[in-house]
Amino acid sequence: MFKELQIAKEAVDVSYDDSVKSFPNECCGFLYGTENGEDRFISKAVPVVNSKEGDQKRRFEISPFEYMKAEQYALANDLTLLGVYHSHPNHPAIASVHDHAKAMPYFSYVIVSVMDGEVDDIKSWRLTDDGSKMFEEPVLIVRKLKIEG
Amino acid sequence: MAKIIIPTPLRKFAQNNSTFEAAGKTVKEAVADLINAHSDIGKHILDDDKNIRSFIRIYVGEDDINSLKKEETEVTADTVISIVPAIAGGSI
Repeated sequence: MFKELQIAKEAVDVSYDDSVKSFPNECCGFLYGTENGEDRFISKAVPVVNSKEGDQKRRFEISPFEYMKAEQYALANDLTLLGVYHSHPNHPAIASVHDHAKAMPYFSYVIVSVMDGEVDDIKSWRLTDDGSKMFEEPVLIVRKLKIEG
Repeated sequence: MAKIIIPTPLRKFAQNNSTFEAAGKTVKEAVADLINAHSDIGKHILDDDKNIRSFIRIYVGEDDINSLKKEETEVTADTVISIVPAIAGGSI
């Protein structure tokens, strides 16, 4: 349904490092990049504080202030805020019912599964246009942008 | 006119524009001007009672309008209004 999401290896590494360091809590961060038609390329991942009060082992929240700054950063740097990443400690990289309930249209939701402190998997999900479900978006980790003209 | 930064997830409802120059002297008037220009975005910002949806925050500069005069917060030509959706999730 969705074309593959290209993610720069350096952005993936940022999300992996954040996920491992935050374990057993969930981590989160912003994903910036560019789009050309249906081609979506994430070039930069930036960690942000998980502002969830209470149990962070299975929940994350991004503060509105941080989100506001992220959109401003994207505009100032000619990038697009393409989505967010977060980790699933000791859970698979599958969008949960809660992930679906909180998902916004358009965004790529990259999930990093961390099992016993080690990265196990990475997947990306997007909300369908009618909002009825999260659809997996194939991930391609790249060292160089591959956008077909 | 105040500038409204449209959050990326909602830009497709505003002809893919990232910002909007809004008329009005208050946040309420500026947001109404945005919705008047792009009607499809309205339901994502306001509920059926025309109140700002619970998962949407609005900032004037770096201040949440809930700490100011809420929708009656005044805006000027230099004001930057940010519409901010809640971003959350979790493994279970």
